[in-house]
Amino acid sequence: MTNEINGKKVSATIVVLRILIGWHFLYEGVVKMYNPEWTSFGYLASAQGPLKPIFTTLTAEAVIGWVDTLNMVALLLVGITLISGFLERMGSLVGIGLLSLYYLAHPSLPWLQQLNVEGNYWLVNKNLIELVVCVLLYYYPTGHIFGLTYFTRKKELTKI
Amino acid sequence: MKWTRRDLLKGLGGLPILGAVWWAGATSTVNNRRERYEILEQLNIQPSLPPTVPGIEGEPTRVGIIGFGIRGEQLSRALGYATEEWKEEMRLEKEEDPNNSALEDFMNQDKLNVNIVGVCDIFDVRAERAIDSFSTPDNRIKRYTTYKEMIHSGDVDAVVIATPDHWHAPMSIEALKNNVHVYVEKPMTHTISETYALRDAAHQSKAVFSVGHQHRQTLSFSTARDIVEKGTLGHVSLIQTNTNRNDDNGAWNYDIHEKASPQTIDWDQFLGSAPQVPFNKNHFFRWRKWWAYGSGLSGDLLTHDYDRLNCVLNMGIPTSVMASGGIYTHNDGRNVPDVLQVNMEFPNYSTGSSQPKGKEKGMTFCYSATLGNGFNRPTILMGHDASMELGNNLTVWPDAASTRYADMLEAEKMKPHIPIYQYNPAANVPDAISSATSQYFADKGLMWTYIDGVRVDSTFLHMREWLSAIKNGGKVSCGIKEGFEEAISAHMAGLSWKLGRKIEWDEASETLAPIDGIDFDEVLLASDWQVEQAMAEEA
Repeated sequence: MTNEINGKKVSATIVVLRILIGWHFLYEGVVKMYNPEWTSFGYLASAQGPLKPIFTTLTAEAVIGWVDTLNMVALLLVGITLISGFLERMGSLVGIGLLSLYYLAHPSLPWLQQLNVEGNYWLVNKNLIELVVCVLLYYYPTGHIFGLTYFTRKKELTKI
Repeated sequence: MKWTRRDLLKGLGGLPILGAVWWAGATSTVNNRRERYEILEQLNIQPSLPPTVPGIEGEPTRVGIIGFGIRGEQLSRALGYATEEWKEEMRLEKEEDPNNSALEDFMNQDKLNVNIVGVCDIFDVRAERAIDSFSTPDNRIKRYTTYKEMIHSGDVDAVVIATPDHWHAPMSIEALKNNVHVYVEKPMTHTISETYALRDAAHQSKAVFSVGHQHRQTLSFSTARDIVEKGTLGHVSLIQTNTNRNDDNGAWNYDIHEKASPQTIDWDQFLGSAPQVPFNKNHFFRWRKWWAYGSGLSGDLLTHDYDRLNCVLNMGIPTSVMASGGIYTHNDGRNVPDVLQVNMEFPNYSTGSSQPKGKEKGMTFCYSATLGNGFNRPTILMGHDASMELGNNLTVWPDAASTRYADMLEAEKMKPHIPIYQYNPAANVPDAISSATSQYFADKGLMWTYIDGVRVDSTFLHMREWLSAIKNGGKVSCGIKEGFEEAISAHMAGLSWKLGRKIEWDEASETLAPIDGIDFDEVLLASDWQVEQAMAEEA
């Protein structure tokens, strides 16, 4: 009984976590969508760490437009799936991919000067933490508890 | 199957959240953009596009380099010619720092339709370096022992002059008289009388004359001109501009080459009209430290800042100049000051006014320099309505007490500490009310000057403009008028420092107001005017 109650509390907390992460992604995506002047050029051009050359090549004139569009679409996708609770595992994977790129472009390595950060980080930063949350959401889907997946689940249960 | 209210809440509960976040993101972005556009529309600033010049067609221009030292090599690179030594050095630097793209940038630079055909340098090592690096089987670089020999050879169409200052005018005049095109480094001249003589020669010549103020090609400066002309800043009463350097190279203590000797250097030719002193390596390699060959901060660095602003404001020669300073940071035998403050007065100049007519008129241009501190003080134009920081990027802040923006400040659509305009030639759009992020990138120099996506050196653009004018006609952006204004203004600063007096310019007669018993050229060339004058009086 205790375990069941705790399990419900954990599930509810993860639902909240999922909504908040989705919220964060969606807002970033929407802001970019409504601002056609936005570009990831500065973020990529100032990339640091071992993968800097890769990020720098993404700033090329022929590529940057695609990079910007893909980034925005991916952000919206993660946001919509996590908030709506539909295809959330796919959304979590895309989120993991995006956050890995963000982390690698500006890793919190002690020998690098931290650009545009509002706190102090050593190896671990907020991108990395959010990434691990996405891993959790991937392994612990909650769309059937709160989200569109609830209907498919209910349908299956009714059939039995 | 029946859906209960509870089912709907569990299944669809996320959708209102989705809608709310979407709505919040969309409205805030759209509103921000509208506010920015409202400001931009009111300012109506046109960011400058990269300069276009007609193609440089036909036979390649045959160019002779006079003076192949530090600057001569840089100018040759702008023409598309780099020495093997430099390429090797850049390769090594790239190995140490993968971010160093100097060699790559050089290789990607557009080819100008030129042939460097000759070099004239009085130091054998430098002349040979040019010959060894630039000669090809079908174009052997010729060494000329004197500039006259080069100019009269008939083999050069144009010369690039990068010598000590005391040679700028004699060489330019000789070339112009023979209709050979001239690109000369700043300052254009070394004395007042030379400045008039060179102007006459340029007016009488068919050749194209250009002074090496390459920053006139910097895109932010042409945008700055538009900003000032539109009255964005209101009446600018003060300009502060600075030099801050704190290293040996910045204090002109350049390397002395190990092979330098009376055998490898034509010392008499170096001296020219300068006082005849015995061979001195220090003087040869570090000539900027002595008035006999150079002009110190006023000729070497003030000229950059003056011309930068003259190209934005077109303010011309100051009505008067007062300077002070001394040798405070590098007391190593030099006689030019290493700390210098110059106040140039423009009492009749105005950038326009948003206040009652007649209230505002006049401006001071304040140049402040030290070779003993490297803190970066920006160039700032201070107007009644706004301040502008001017560099490779530029930023405009409204002034809290502005008349023009009073309504917008009152409505908090503008805030004094938030820029209302920021220009960055690398970004795809002008950015009003910049974010902290883009501000940071701009300051950090991560956004280079791009032309069609390629990082470009302004010296290259400046030389391209000159070469295009040679082939196609048209004006150069720093010709004899601009060079004359720059030289006279710089000499006024040098004179004021040396004499400890105010130097005045009479615009109508285009002459310096005479001072009894003073020969301005003698003062400019003197090693220490006060000492020399005292000695003369004793004698």
